[in-house]
Parts: sequence; C-alpha cells; structure tokens
Amino acid sequence: MARCRVVLTFPPDKVEKPVAYHLVKDFDLRINILRAKVDLNEEGKLLIEIENHKQEAIQRGLQFVREQGVQVELVDKELQWDDEECTNCGACTAVCRPRALHLEAPDWKLVLDKQKCTACGLCVDACPVKVIRIDF
Amino acid sequence: MSCMSVTRTYDEINEKIKKGKVVVVTADEVAELAAERGVSYVAKNVDVVTTATFGAMCSSGAFLNFGHSDPPIKMAKVWLNDVPAYTGVAAVDAYIGATEMSESRPFEYGGAHVIEDLVAGKPVHLRATAYGTDCYPRREIDTYVTKDSINQAFMFNPRNAYQNYAVAVNSSDRTLYTYMGTLLPRLGNATYSSAGQLSPLLNDPYLRTIGVGTRIFLGGAIGYVAWEGTQHSPGAKRDENGIPLAAASTLAVVGDLKRMDRRYLRAGVMHKYGVTLYVGIGVPIPVLDEEMARFVSVRDEDIKTTVFDYSVPHRSRPNFGHVNYKELRSGYIEVQGKRVPTVPLSSLERAREIAQALKEWVAEGRLLVQEPVQRLPENQVSRPLEVVGLEEIANG
Repeated sequence: MARCRVVLTFPPDKVEKPVAYHLVKDFDLRINILRAKVDLNEEGKLLIEIENHKQEAIQRGLQFVREQGVQVELVDKELQWDDEECTNCGACTAVCRPRALHLEAPDWKLVLDKQKCTACGLCVDACPVKVIRIDF
Repeated sequence: MSCMSVTRTYDEINEKIKKGKVVVVTADEVAELAAERGVSYVAKNVDVVTTATFGAMCSSGAFLNFGHSDPPIKMAKVWLNDVPAYTGVAAVDAYIGATEMSESRPFEYGGAHVIEDLVAGKPVHLRATAYGTDCYPRREIDTYVTKDSINQAFMFNPRNAYQNYAVAVNSSDRTLYTYMGTLLPRLGNATYSSAGQLSPLLNDPYLRTIGVGTRIFLGGAIGYVAWEGTQHSPGAKRDENGIPLAAASTLAVVGDLKRMDRRYLRAGVMHKYGVTLYVGIGVPIPVLDEEMARFVSVRDEDIKTTVFDYSVPHRSRPNFGHVNYKELRSGYIEVQGKRVPTVPLSSLERAREIAQALKEWVAEGRLLVQEPVQRLPENQVSRPLEVVGLEEIANG
C-alpha cells in the first residue's frame, strides 16, 4: 500500500473547490483529513493522508490537484523537537492520543512514531520547555 | 539484627571516599545487584548508593542580594524581567519564586525562567521602586544584573523531592489542565511523577540518613538539606515494608545558584496551569547496615502509589486504589476496569544521569557523605486549612 501525507494550500479564490471529493471519486484514493484550516476568502490549508495500492494513482490525483491551482507540498517531517533542549519529561506524551510520541525504554528518551502522528499539534502546547515545533 | 551483620560509620565511608576506595553504585544498579546476589551481599560490599529525581517542583525559588546602588535604595517592589519578586526583607534582598508569572507574558515566562536565565549567565532586567528614606533616598532603579554581578544568589526550595506522589486521572467528560499535566477525559491517561526506585526518599523510607545538613546534588551543584520540607508528612499511610502509599516526607533544600547548571534546572510551563521549575536532585545514601541495604535495594514493583481522580476539585479526592511503579512504567494500568495509558511527568532519563553524575562525584572524592546534624520529624502529617472565626481558632 502506497501512502503519503501532503499539505494542500488553497489560494483564497480556490477554497471552495471540492478537491477531496474528486480525489476519492475520480482517482479512487483513500483520504484521511488530519488537519484543516479553511475560511471563506482566506488562504486555506488541508493536511491529508492519501492511500492507494498504486503509487501512480496517488501521483495522478496530486497532479489533478495542482491543475486546480492548489499547491501541493509533501510532508515528511511533521513534528520536530530540539533534542538537546528536550528534558524527556514526558508531558507531551500525555496529550498524544495515537501514542505517536512516547518515552521508550530502556533509555526513556522521547521517540516519535511518524506513522501514527496526526500532526494535531497538542504536544506543542503541552511541552513545558517549548521545544516542539510543527510546521503547518 | 544478628551479631554477624555488617555496619559502617560515616567516618569509615568518608575515609574510603578520600582514598578513592569507596564502592558506590546507583539505586538502579543496587536494585539489580540485590535481586541477583541478595541484600546481605549489598550490605557487605556497597558503601554508598546514589539516588536522584528530575521533576517539576513548584515550591522552589532563590534569594538574591543585588548590592547597593548610589544613591542607595530600599526596594519596596522589585521586578526581574517583569516578574515580581518578594522584597519584604532588607533593602536589596529579594526572593524570586519559581511560579510567579511575568506581568507582560503570563503563562509563558515566570520566576522559574528568571532563575534559569540567571543560571545560564544571561543578563536580567531589574526594576525596583521605593518610597525613599533619609538613608535610602532613591525612589526607583532600572538596570541589568547577572549572577556574577550580584552578591548572593542561593536557591532555597521550601518543598522538593516528595517521597512518592499520586497518580492523576480524570473521570470527567472534559480535559483538565493541572500541575499533573493535561488529563484527558474519561480516564484517557494517567500521569505520575515519582522516579520510583531511583527516587531519593523512597530509598530511605524512614529518613535514617537524610536530615538537616545532608549534602546533596542540587541543580548540578553541591547543596544541602536545610530543613523538613513544607507539608512534610512522614505519618502518611505505609505498606507492610514501610513504604508510603502516597505523598509523604519532603525536603527543604539550599544551594549556590551561581554554581548550578541549566541542564539540571529548567523552567517549564504547564499548559493552562502556570509556571514551574524542573529541579534535579540527587541524594547519596550511605549503606550503614543491613537495614539500609534492604531499603536501597527497593524495586519499582515494591513501591505502590495511589491513583486519584483529579476531576473532583476538593482537598480529599476520591481514589481508585493502588498501582506499583513497574506497572506504571509498563505503559498501561487498569483503572475502573479500563486500560489507561500511563505518562511520566518527571524525566527518568535525566534522573539517571544525575544518579550517575553523583556516583562519579563520590567515587572521585568530590563529595563526602554527611551525617544529618538533626533528624527530620518522624510522625507528623500535613494539616488542612480550615475556614474559621477568631473564637474557634482561639479555643482550638
């Protein structure tokens, strides 16, 4: 199964385009909306995970999205933190419902399972020393 | 105690430290050693065990003396980077408390950050106002200080190193923002703070060797136990091995802020709760005899604590029974028949680093063990605060 995460950036005049609908209906892609920031007449952003058994199907779908005037950005580093500044206290893991962030034995250092991260951003606020960043 | 049992004195241990012949291990290492070879082996072969914790300790702060300006000022209000400090003591003395928040950047910057910035050597903006006296005519001052420009900067924390602590859960339908971190609704998570088998006061449950004057690791420098900590409650309920089942004894500690290291002293913000200070504390425990060997050999599975429901905002919160630290470390506990993910709030990684650093200090002869000059109170429990009239309090 091919899978990727992308941020779709809609210019203000394109926010009304039902892009996700077409990706599902016309390209048979499985879409999971992880985050959305959409306001009328403002630039909109959509973080989605796309799945299909063929990589080309995903590529064709993304090509269609670009043709609609919507910017496509592949996301490979959802979440970052400063390893030196992190105290490995664990407070961020408290709010991580998918348990993507966790302290791993035997070292008890903070680890991220990227596959599980939905980029919800709750960990950014929960971090007491403010070293987690998420670019979306 | 049999006549064959091993005993050693503080002096004997310190002689070995000075000669570089001391046998010192961390609390993690001694727990393994005891499991493999037995407590008697530990008593016979180990002189000192190092314990540590690195967690949020709100009851922390530092006394500062700024030196006198010309003309001099008797400070009545003081701000450090916009964070109010307490100056109801002599003219240029102040206490900066860890949880005090910045007037311009609340929930973002506070006393703990001022302390961390001082430790890091950063300049701190000092503002003060005064009413002016004949001997202290100045009415206001606006300047910058660093830890090196001021006279004294010593940490004095009224309550640190809690002996055991609660596990927090939330049975309500809404997310709670607490000093125990963010608690997800419907028992969505369980947070805990103690370092378990590595935690200082859990390795000496009756504080035989930890009292006034005990020399410790505090924020990366040598510090001392100054007094019993506030809310010191050695009379708390204990299990059959004498280990408290919830928060019990505490320490008030003191140390030179100027010598500390921000790796072991970090400001933190608990989301929607406030500012706190993460303090790294390590305590060396002398293995005086077989009983101390048994105490320091304690393992996570031997230490139980109590699960409290933080959705009830009362002094006496309902509890959901006991769990041990091995269960907490496994990632899940069972509460009310539900599998609940567990989350530590104190850094075991950093605590282990401190225990290791302290072990090196002892092994290299940089830190001698100090017999307490006075033991801490042994039976008291923390009193509640009642709202009463003057007559009721006068009549007891």
